[in-house]
Amino acid sequence: MAAAAAAMLGATALGTGALAEEPIKVGELNSYTRMAAFTDPYKKGWELALEEINAAGGVRGRPLEVISRDDDGKPADAVRIAEELVSEDEVVLLWGTFLSNIGLAVADFAAQREVLFVAAEPLSDAVTMEKGNPYTFRLRPSTGMQARMLAEVAAKLPAKRWATVAPNYAYGQDAVAKFKTALTALRPDVEFVGEQWPGLFKIDAAATVRALDAVEPEAIYNVTFGGDLAKFVREGQLRGLFKGRDVVSLLTGEPEYLLPLGAEAPEGWIVTGYPVEDLGDDPNHKPFLEAYQAKWGELPQLGSIVGYVTLKAVAAAIEKAESLETEDLVAAMENLTFDSPVGPVTFRDIDNQATLGAWVGRTALKDGRGVMVDWSYADGADYMASPEEVAATRPAE
Amino acid sequence: MTLDLGFLLGQFLAALASASALFLVASGLSIIFGVTRIVNFAHGSFYMLGAYLGYTITEALPTGVLGFWGGTLVAALAVGVIGAAIEIVVLRRIYRSPELFQLVATFAIVLIIQDATLYVWGPVERLGPRAPGLDGAVQILGEYVPEYDLALIAIGPVVLGLIWLVFHRTRWGVLVRAATEDREMVGALGVNQSWLFTTVFFLGSALAGLGGALQVPRESVSLLMDLNIIAEVFVVVVIGGMGSVLGAYVAALLIALFNAFGILILPEISLAVPFIVMAVVLIARPWGLFGRPESGEHQQALSEEPLRPLGLARRAAILAGVAGLAGLAFLGGRYGVVLATDIVIVSLFAASLHFMMGLGGMASFGHAAYFGISAYAAAFLATYAGLSMLPAMLLAPVAAMLAAAFFGWFCVRSTGVYLAMLTLAAAQIVWSVVFQASEITGGDDGILGVWPDKWAKSREVYFLLTLAIGAMALVTLQRIAHAPFGYVLRAARDNRLRAEAVGVDTRNHQWAAFVVSGVFAGIAGVLFVFAKGSIFPDELAIPRSFDALLMVLLGGVQSVFGPLLGAASFTYVRDEISRLEYWRFIFGILIILVVILAPDGIAGGLQRLWRWIAARAGFRRVTPDKAEGA
Amino acid sequence: MSTTPADGPVLEVSGLSKSFGGNHAVREVSFALGASELLALIGPNGAGKTTCFNMLNGQLRPDRGRVVFCGRDITGMRPREAWRLGLGRTFQITATFPSMTVIENVQIALISHERKSYELFSAARRQGRAEAEALLDRVGMAGAADRHCAELAYGDLKRLELAVALANRPRLLLMDEPTAGMAPAARVELMALAARIVAEEGVSILFTEHDMDVVFRHAHRILVLNRGEIIAEGSAEAIRADARVREVYLGGGTQEPGAEEARPHA
Ligand SMILES: Nc1ncnc2c1ncn2[C@@H]1O[C@H](COP(=O)(O)OP(=O)(O)OP(=O)(O)O)[C@@H](O)[C@H]1O
Ligand SMILES: [Mg+2]
Repeated sequence: MAAAAAAMLGATALGTGALAEEPIKVGELNSYTRMAAFTDPYKKGWELALEEINAAGGVRGRPLEVISRDDDGKPADAVRIAEELVSEDEVVLLWGTFLSNIGLAVADFAAQREVLFVAAEPLSDAVTMEKGNPYTFRLRPSTGMQARMLAEVAAKLPAKRWATVAPNYAYGQDAVAKFKTALTALRPDVEFVGEQWPGLFKIDAAATVRALDAVEPEAIYNVTFGGDLAKFVREGQLRGLFKGRDVVSLLTGEPEYLLPLGAEAPEGWIVTGYPVEDLGDDPNHKPFLEAYQAKWGELPQLGSIVGYVTLKAVAAAIEKAESLETEDLVAAMENLTFDSPVGPVTFRDIDNQATLGAWVGRTALKDGRGVMVDWSYADGADYMASPEEVAATRPAE
Repeated sequence: MTLDLGFLLGQFLAALASASALFLVASGLSIIFGVTRIVNFAHGSFYMLGAYLGYTITEALPTGVLGFWGGTLVAALAVGVIGAAIEIVVLRRIYRSPELFQLVATFAIVLIIQDATLYVWGPVERLGPRAPGLDGAVQILGEYVPEYDLALIAIGPVVLGLIWLVFHRTRWGVLVRAATEDREMVGALGVNQSWLFTTVFFLGSALAGLGGALQVPRESVSLLMDLNIIAEVFVVVVIGGMGSVLGAYVAALLIALFNAFGILILPEISLAVPFIVMAVVLIARPWGLFGRPESGEHQQALSEEPLRPLGLARRAAILAGVAGLAGLAFLGGRYGVVLATDIVIVSLFAASLHFMMGLGGMASFGHAAYFGISAYAAAFLATYAGLSMLPAMLLAPVAAMLAAAFFGWFCVRSTGVYLAMLTLAAAQIVWSVVFQASEITGGDDGILGVWPDKWAKSREVYFLLTLAIGAMALVTLQRIAHAPFGYVLRAARDNRLRAEAVGVDTRNHQWAAFVVSGVFAGIAGVLFVFAKGSIFPDELAIPRSFDALLMVLLGGVQSVFGPLLGAASFTYVRDEISRLEYWRFIFGILIILVVILAPDGIAGGLQRLWRWIAARAGFRRVTPDKAEGA
Repeated sequence: MSTTPADGPVLEVSGLSKSFGGNHAVREVSFALGASELLALIGPNGAGKTTCFNMLNGQLRPDRGRVVFCGRDITGMRPREAWRLGLGRTFQITATFPSMTVIENVQIALISHERKSYELFSAARRQGRAEAEALLDRVGMAGAADRHCAELAYGDLKRLELAVALANRPRLLLMDEPTAGMAPAARVELMALAARIVAEEGVSILFTEHDMDVVFRHAHRILVLNRGEIIAEGSAEAIRADARVREVYLGGGTQEPGAEEARPHA
């Protein structure tokens, strides 16, 4: 314990190909203690990317250094640490974050202090839409984009009576609202007959399951995740909630959420996720998969991709920029296209959203654990907000 | 919605099962509090440990009925042993500290167990097996009822009955009951108190562990279990009456029923239900359903020294503190300014809590409400009403004042831990309203873009502004403490009976103190919102309230410098060590060291250190100082 | 303030009763107390003396009966309201403000008396300092003004309580065992002081006391309470001679009048 505790999180190894030059420092922050289960693979992802970048000579001929900090899951702490990274550690840009509210807080800070921020995981549409700003870019497909991907599949189901269950906070509310809009646009005949809002990580699963059952829906849209999901699934199966009903479920196909369910992973749910076990033959994905397994001895999870790709994007922007000034870095991020394990990804300039997509498929059981089958990769570019919508929602620059 | 009889019965049975689970954990906490008067914040951690140990042990044992139930029992006993060990190693050393001080140590234990669990079990949550033989569901009136639920429904009352037997049929149990009713008496009976406390901790922790282990078949075991359950468990214990095991069961049932039926009517209300129930119960019955009034006046006041005007040494210390802050701000690099700004704000917040806690004798578990309400008010004024910074800063604390006046009116009708729990209920209700009213407050996405006016935009200027306002506020608080109001407030705290007998409306003075304290928390809140540029519901949630509580207690309740020292060291040290991996473990150890070395807080510890040095160096104070003998 | 209406009694109690569960602590107690009178209420342990006091100043609500103070019905009034009318008291178990200095204890009463307790910005240390010193002087505590109250000896605490009780120039003082725990000389001194206060300021005093020497020497009149009922009333001689009183103190009661020693109180 003591030895582990003594290992500094901040002073990161520079990777193997460290050059004599002064390193270029970038500041990373995330909820490492509060959201350990989800940020752990993410961290492994970017550590791999860092190693690769520095092994290949770093950026601009200098080594890249990541100063990584824990925000303790609190927006105010995150803002203070962002401030510290910028002023004390003199990083050239900020990146990271998992929770939407922290992403938004750091984004606002970035606009105020005029520093580039590349949001890795926060999903809230607001990061690039209602509360978007020129200094903030986001990698992962937003809640809205993923809800549209799911709605497209859901629209093909016969179900007309829908019920929703989502954790009672902004992400859950957003995810339900976006899905409703998207589905009703495609299928004006559906109706939403009930909704449940358990507190985040506080679900009273039995009561929630029974309340959903009581409204007799034909299909259920689920947004719960993590511990809530496990309880919900276990209780729902015991009480026969899912019998004869379609379930459409956001993020559930991601290994972070699917693996902990073990043999109890639900079958046949329509989900967004990451079918990592099937991607070994994908020429884009293969090198990443192999390198990751070689370094960490386990399969990557979705967070791994996010961490890996975000740092690659950051490196690409630094390489492309004319100088390390914020202005030039921001200019470099706009329309930046770079290679990733899912092929080329671009940060669109009108809303600073990346075209990274998501895998949509069905869950199934294989060897006593949940996997994704019948999946396809939905390119984020096809689900982004329309330019008109962006113009209408995003604050004028 | 089909609200037929079967459905209602099903919902009722689900509530009964939840109640049993909650009761197991709550009963342990209630017993521990009843005997030791420790507000054991680490009880949720024992619950989490029970779940992890239960998971691991049942995995290791051969599968089957015996393996599962045997493993569950072993896990419970193991947690009991851990609890007893913590009592012996840490808590036993600080029983003589001021009221609630032990809470600081239990908070440190939360941090330590968090990181130790992370280290041992890793970050990934574990989904344990279902209970063998009870993994299906039976149909009752056409409703599926999980077999395991039926087992839980039975286990709750069985454990209740066992506890009753132990308490009424064994000598040990009779002692526990006697101690719960009158702590002095146990000493008089010549009972070995340490032994009693340790065994009580064993039983209480084992019950928490049992509760945790029994959750394994119901939910995945995760690192969030401790904090997720602790607030609700406290609510149950308080509703039932602290120290009452039967009360805990009734309260658990009440909460579970409100939860189960509440979400049918108003799904969004689930966040606030337990706290609303608690507030209503405490307003009607200030000591919970089965509780008794806390006997005896405050013991802590006895050791407190009279308030004296600031002498030369203390004035010098203040100047040194301000100089140190300015030095940190202007010489400590650009980030020094930010940290110094934070320290000023947090110090003011802690000082506002100290005002009601130290002078008024009212501990608050929900002081962040007034900090946050004011911050939100400033954010509204700045964004919706388009006010510039200074007017917004000036007006916003009025919101805190009104809120404090409203909630304070109810809170001062209770005393001690019950009062503290009412403040917590108030804060949680405010929090859930802010959280829920996302149309106005942005929900947990918060309100962004609340930055200072142009002239105060630079970090340095904003720091100076904060320092000026903060210093003025602190001086004002000091003046109030030394004014007739402050004196009479302390008098009411020292001896309510005597104060009433000389014409003092003690409750009204406490109410006024609540409001004053809320206003100053509000001033800290507005300084905060413009420093961060944003405000989120987290700022009025439990962790922020507890941070302030820890700062005050760690710093030393009995000293005017306590909150300032506590706030500054807490903020600075946490900022420094949060760069390390497993920093919470280290932070927890540090807190425990402080708690053991300075049971009267940092301020008291420093004072004793100073006296020790002075005695060694052979010089004496010229002023006749009564404190020498204390 | 100290001018009492000459026409009526200061305190008039009629039919006062209180029971705790089945225990009739006080039963149909009636008596009156005149201006400038020093009246003793005696009785064995548990007779109901403190319970009586608690009903007089409003700490306890009587089950039945009336308390009239200077012509005004104060039954069920709160202690702080009764105090404002001029009814002060000391406690059997001394009640002071332990975190304060001796003089601050008195200043609190003065601040309250002058209704300045909500003042937020003036300096409390200077509030009524001279007056407080005079009061301490009166009870012989002038030298201890700046001592920490928590370190006072028991007898000093009793005297401090008296100073505090005098702060609002009461018309009536209720003193519950004012000399308990004091050395015999100090007892006499304190009761002499009480007698002086009665004589000089026209204050009436009702006190309970176990030391019969003190009672017989200073009381103008004596009430004897047993099992909640008044069994005798009259001058020292009359009480000394009363057969029922002798019986209570020798037989059913605990102690013989006059034989009582000072009992320590925790
Ligand atoms: N709050 C209470 N609840 C229940 N019983 C009480 C209470 N206060 C007093 N009693 C009972 O009422 C009776 C009278 O008590 P009280 O204290 O008035 O006696 P006392 O004459 O003052 O005795 P002492 O000389 O010991 O002070 C006693 O039997 C006592 O036990
Ligand atoms: Mg008495």
